Amino acid sequence: MRLYLELARRAFQQTLTYRGAALAGIFTNGIFGIMIASVFLAFYQSHGSGDAVQGWTRDQTITLVWINQSLLMTVYLWGWWEVTRNIQSGAIVTELLKPYDYFTYWLSRDFGRALAHFLVRGVPTFLIGAIVFDILAPESWLRAASFLLSVAMAVIVSFCLRFMANLAGFWVLDYRGIAAMFAAIMNVLSGMLAPLAFLPDPLRIVANALPFRAVIMTPNEVYLGQVPIWEGLGFQMLWIVILIVSARLLMATGERRLVVQGG
Amino acid sequence: MTEPIISARGLTKTFWRRSQRKGMLGAMRGLVDRGGTEVTAVDDVSFDIPAGEIVGYIGPNGAGKSTTIKMLTGILVPSSGEVSVAGHTPWEERRQLAQKIGVVFGQRTQLWWDLPLSESLELLRFMYKVPERRFKHNLAEATDLLDLAPFLETPVRQLSLGQRMRGDLAAALLHEPPILYLDEPTIGLDLVAKTRIREFLAELNRSSGVTILLTTHDLADIERLCKRIVVIDHGRIVHDGELERLKARFSSKRQLTLDFDVVPDLASAVLPTGTALFDQEGPRVRIAFDRHERSAPEVLSLMGRFGTIRDMSIDEPAIEDVIQELYAESARATA
Ligand SMILES: Nc1ncnc2c1ncn2[C@@H]1O[C@H](COP(=O)(O)OP(=O)(O)OP(=O)(O)O)[C@@H](O)[C@H]1O
Ligand SMILES: [Mg+2]
Repeated sequence: MRLYLELARRAFQQTLTYRGAALAGIFTNGIFGIMIASVFLAFYQSHGSGDAVQGWTRDQTITLVWINQSLLMTVYLWGWWEVTRNIQSGAIVTELLKPYDYFTYWLSRDFGRALAHFLVRGVPTFLIGAIVFDILAPESWLRAASFLLSVAMAVIVSFCLRFMANLAGFWVLDYRGIAAMFAAIMNVLSGMLAPLAFLPDPLRIVANALPFRAVIMTPNEVYLGQVPIWEGLGFQMLWIVILIVSARLLMATGERRLVVQGG
Repeated sequence: MTEPIISARGLTKTFWRRSQRKGMLGAMRGLVDRGGTEVTAVDDVSFDIPAGEIVGYIGPNGAGKSTTIKMLTGILVPSSGEVSVAGHTPWEERRQLAQKIGVVFGQRTQLWWDLPLSESLELLRFMYKVPERRFKHNLAEATDLLDLAPFLETPVRQLSLGQRMRGDLAAALLHEPPILYLDEPTIGLDLVAKTRIREFLAELNRSSGVTILLTTHDLADIERLCKRIVVIDHGRIVHDGELERLKARFSSKRQLTLDFDVVPDLASAVLPTGTALFDQEGPRVRIAFDRHERSAPEVLSLMGRFGTIRDMSIDEPAIEDVIQELYAESARATA
């Protein structure tokens, strides 16, 4: 246990040291937030601003845009391929020779990183949104606290998905194709680009049944009060259980392949 | 003799090497059919290593050294054969064994690139559950013996290769494993760094009795550290025993250096059978002879007729020549 706390703490500190990267990131998220929010504003204007679209009011959508920009780095939607690279470079051999649990090792590090990104990237980006646009506040302190919990669970769901995508490195030599596919799936099915309600019917039904929405949509719904708190958190919890089991099974399969076929 | 701490019986590993196919279509076809060739990387290897020994495991590129080490650590399952390391079957009890072995792969590091060396070592402390007092003691000792102090706080990515290797050695030993596997620990290092690491390993083995199995292409490592060497070629053991015995078995050619008190005229002289003039610089003459045909005292007395000999020495065969002859012989045997 102590090891995993220490790993998380170091990942947290490590992430905090990249100040320049944080500033550049806040700038980028801010610009994207402003652009996307402006597009949605124009969209609602042309609809007659008072109307909700697919159950989403203008202010709810704008709030989602800023929550998404703020959470982007915290849940690290795509772009994390460290495990794949370690598999392909053979570095995983030295890692697996250590007496620790490989899945928990990376989960702890990712959690430390996520916490740091939440503070140095998420909070400032959200403040920019709150200053420049009309953003809704959560309706109660309970909602606000549940949102934070939901974000923490979103990090775990996202980690499991990324970890499993990384394990493809055991079987595939060139991961760039998988990386591009994974980024596209995460962007669309999580609700990063737009609320899932905006998707055409068949895709929307599929997206709602999949774990990707637990990364972005669920924290938004908990924040905006669109689902009962227990339902949002329960949905995430369910997927966390399923994904942890799947990730471990997949890891065991990959590891078996490695120890038989060699690195 | 006591129970060996490492023992291997009939250890064999065959890899399936897929034939590389070109292009997307080739890659797709590679997924379905099993075109390729079988490579036997380690072939019926058996040895016993008693606790406290330093064994050099050598052989040309691709001989199967790293593959053997991987099987002894448990990260690779053999195709057949048995292994016992400190009472464990490595691939079945990798976690338990991890506490009892230290591993250094010279080609890669087990430290964290972004962290200062001291932080890496501290993480390893939690990983191996080393009690704080032991950790402090071991760290102080390693810092002293490996001279880590100047770069303890430097991020690993900024260390020189020699510094990094010392850091890796310290990392491998923090949990006081009785067994240390070293796969090319001196690769890429300069002479000073190599010497320092050899001294450290010799001292470690002497003072703590750590059993060391090391692979290397630098035979000076072997000469400095190992009484016993196991030579592997094409996956098969071609020699297992004392370095001295290997020297004796090969290079039956010896050289005798003689200092005459006057310059002898050997150019036109007929030398005794079984000897040959290697070179001559004034009064210093080097005679090559075959150990099986003539003994050194015999050569000495036969050469006495060319003048008074003031001094003499016998040159040991160079280890490089010995190993080269060994490889050549095993190549002839497999051809
Ligand atoms: N995972 C693998 N898949 C297929 N072949 C492999 C694999 N690992 C090793 N081999 C092959 O097994 C043989 C032995 O390799 P190994 O790495 O053990 O050699 P080595 O003695 O360590 O060589 P070197 O001195 O170059 O490090 C080589 O022919 C190598 O190509
Ligand atoms: Mg090797």
